[in-house]
Amino acid sequence: MSGVGIFIMAFLVGGFICVIGQLMFDLTKLTPAHVMTILVVAGAVLEGFGLYDPLVRFAGAGATVPITSFGNALVHGAMAEAKQYGILGLITGIFEVTSAGISSAIIFGFLSAAVFRPRG
Amino acid sequence: MSVRMGEEQKQYQEFLKSRQPAKHWLKNSIRAFFAGGIICLIGQGIQETFVHFYHMSEQMAGNPTVAILIFLSALFTGIGVYDVFARYAGAGSAVPVTGFANAIASAALEHKSEGYITGIGTNMFKVAGPVIVYGVVAAFFVGLVRYVFTNF
Repeated sequence: MSGVGIFIMAFLVGGFICVIGQLMFDLTKLTPAHVMTILVVAGAVLEGFGLYDPLVRFAGAGATVPITSFGNALVHGAMAEAKQYGILGLITGIFEVTSAGISSAIIFGFLSAAVFRPRG
Repeated sequence: MSVRMGEEQKQYQEFLKSRQPAKHWLKNSIRAFFAGGIICLIGQGIQETFVHFYHMSEQMAGNPTVAILIFLSALFTGIGVYDVFARYAGAGSAVPVTGFANAIASAALEHKSEGYITGIGTNMFKVAGPVIVYGVVAAFFVGLVRYVFTNF
């Protein structure tokens, strides 16, 4: 999908995934850590069935920005390396795609804590 | 042990209930929908910028897009804006990748007073850690199952 359509789909699909998270907050006693963990595992399992990639093609950032895409990307990296190097690739490839997210979260998280003062 | 509730206790229970905030799950969901949708919309905008001005493929543009969103989230967490936004947006702020970065940055900030190693270093992944642990474990087994199915 391209043009304006992809923006609309990104908004709708991204918003919808957040509603799923919100309902888990409000209707169960799960903590944010639980909800985020469940969503990541759900993303990994969905990609296990080959369902997450079509969603990315359909919704763009609506599928790649929510944390579910982290699970999807972990599976992706593992599968790509496993295809190339055999079963050990599952281990070596897991962080292949998600490296950008984790590295930048650590670096910018650290810098944020180093520069700013905690409040409250 | 059974507790018999007298008329007064019953009234008190009802009074308590009336004083507790009702669960505004519908309102919260609408807020989460718009907030999360807008973050994804911004992500789409950043991604399109990489595609059109830096001539990246859609897939290549995904990683720098996430990195920029994480940078913005860590910055807004540092100046205290993200937490205000989170109070309004609920899961709309927690579910996007910006929420992951916010969990890391705010845990690091919160424990800054305990020092760089035992404070920031130890506590950074207090909330975000489980996401990585179970994401990796799940991805390993999902990958293993798919590997077995495609190769044997």
